[in-house]
Amino acid sequence: MTSEVVETDNQSSPVLSNDERVRLREGSAVLRISESDATSKAGNEITETSDPSEETRMILNMGPSHPSTHGVLRLILELEGETVERSKPVIGYLHTGMEKTAETLSYTQGSTNVTRMDYASPLFTELAFSLAVEKLLEIEVPPRATWIRMLMCELNRISSHLLFQATNGMDLGAVSMMIYGWREREEVLRFFEKVTGLRMNHNYIRPGGVAVDLHDGWQADLRNLLEIIPPRLDEYDDLLTGQPLFQKRLQGIGSLNTSEALALSATGPILRSTGYDWDLRKDEPYLAYDQVDFDVIVGTHGDSFDRFAIRLNEVRESLRIVEQILDLIPSGDYRIQDKKITPPPRARIDESMEALIHHFKIFTEGFHVPPGEVYAAVESPRGELGCYLVSDGSPNPYRMHIRGPSFVNLQTLPHLMRGGLIADAVAVISSIDPIMGEVDR
Amino acid sequence: MNVPTVETFGQQVLHPKVEELIDLATELKQEGFNMVVDLTAVDYLSFPTRTDLPEDVKPERFEVVISMINHQTRERLRLRVQIEEENPVAPSLFDLYPGTESMEREVFDMFGINFSDHPDLTRILMPEDWIGHPLRKDFSVGQIPVQFKASKAKR
Repeated sequence: MTSEVVETDNQSSPVLSNDERVRLREGSAVLRISESDATSKAGNEITETSDPSEETRMILNMGPSHPSTHGVLRLILELEGETVERSKPVIGYLHTGMEKTAETLSYTQGSTNVTRMDYASPLFTELAFSLAVEKLLEIEVPPRATWIRMLMCELNRISSHLLFQATNGMDLGAVSMMIYGWREREEVLRFFEKVTGLRMNHNYIRPGGVAVDLHDGWQADLRNLLEIIPPRLDEYDDLLTGQPLFQKRLQGIGSLNTSEALALSATGPILRSTGYDWDLRKDEPYLAYDQVDFDVIVGTHGDSFDRFAIRLNEVRESLRIVEQILDLIPSGDYRIQDKKITPPPRARIDESMEALIHHFKIFTEGFHVPPGEVYAAVESPRGELGCYLVSDGSPNPYRMHIRGPSFVNLQTLPHLMRGGLIADAVAVISSIDPIMGEVDR
Repeated sequence: MNVPTVETFGQQVLHPKVEELIDLATELKQEGFNMVVDLTAVDYLSFPTRTDLPEDVKPERFEVVISMINHQTRERLRLRVQIEEENPVAPSLFDLYPGTESMEREVFDMFGINFSDHPDLTRILMPEDWIGHPLRKDFSVGQIPVQFKASKAKR
């Protein structure tokens, strides 16, 4: 890969004030052509255009099977030489109709479905779904369940950001980073496996609480984790942050300013990298985030390097939160003791006819949720993850919609890539950190 | 602007008419609602008995649901716009909030609701030549042919 540096962002775009760049219908960074058009034009130089400057432009398809597109993202690039002029992300290659599937699953089964959307941070989708269901049911989960949820989500944020460090390093040619990132993520996943039984797609956070209580000796496991990870993060700093080659690949690449990010509905590290302090954990505290102490990390330049640094430092903040949870977590129930919503303990089924009936009802029919509509949002590692739920009073959701942060954040891609080289495009895709399972759902 | 307003679970829900939408959104933007967080739709074909609409709002088959946020006051707002079945068209919010571009494409793809004046109204998740709109309630989930006697699917 080249270490050639482009001095500033968006050299080729005309001088526009504020967020006008993203509002353009014509001549914007978004290449608004259909997929079949792009296929027929691909590889050929465009000759039928009247604009002489466009004669040297070429359409190139990148993906959907490309190692740097994080799964199955396809990009239609309009190139002038090696410079990306306009582009269009084409998605849907992983679309499995999960929102449609959700309508045929009960609320009990629902969290098994949503957990498969964002496979790098599955607990957040489960959390958003559970919070929405609980709002409709108007129930309050026990404090311990809330704190367990918070603990697991912060650990999930760590594992997700470590995965980003790994793939980001790999995309930029720092292949050793890939191995280190996966190695540390594995430590977190090992803890998840002990708690939930699974490394991914846990179905752990469910309406009414969590599936099981934390295992015996979880504190020791967690302290071990808190000892392992921080020195490794310092190693990342040595390997990447202070490294001139790495800096030159990322600094000034893919810049966005605050008003553009806001106009494009970008959230999470992309919005924060522009220097805008917005984190739902601080600004709309859910769970018990108002009782722990942490900082919101913001950037200054809105470039790929800021997004990288934000994610690295968010791991440190999450570790801080985890440490506080260790001391503050209350004892008590790990799920609500409402037999209409959560199943009775296994031992009770042998003793009580009523418990057997409740158990049977929950796992065959599911529980009924009062009619209504609700939106619940959480701060996932990628931005605002929301769940819009409509209930008609039956045990299945009438409509379940997930507002995926990657899906919306992907809109910034053409604007970030404009004027950069193809090699920079790879760095930009990586810095958005899209998870295609959640983009396509 | 005066539109029927309800409060559900601590969130304001506004029910503008489809022709009022652009004016209302312009007004809300001036008020400080600086981001459209989410835009989706619901097909109420098999749930005609819903009771959560204000009296003066006529229920239609489709509903476009827009979630907005005001970062200054940390307020959230939801707009529910009724879209009739015969002529499912809503105005695009692209000029006010460019971030709705792909969300509107998704709603078009999944529900067949057209957004007038949208810069690139094409399918986003389904293949270009797909027929039908999957999240409509009359779109079958389909069946896989299996070799059981009781199966209703074609063998």
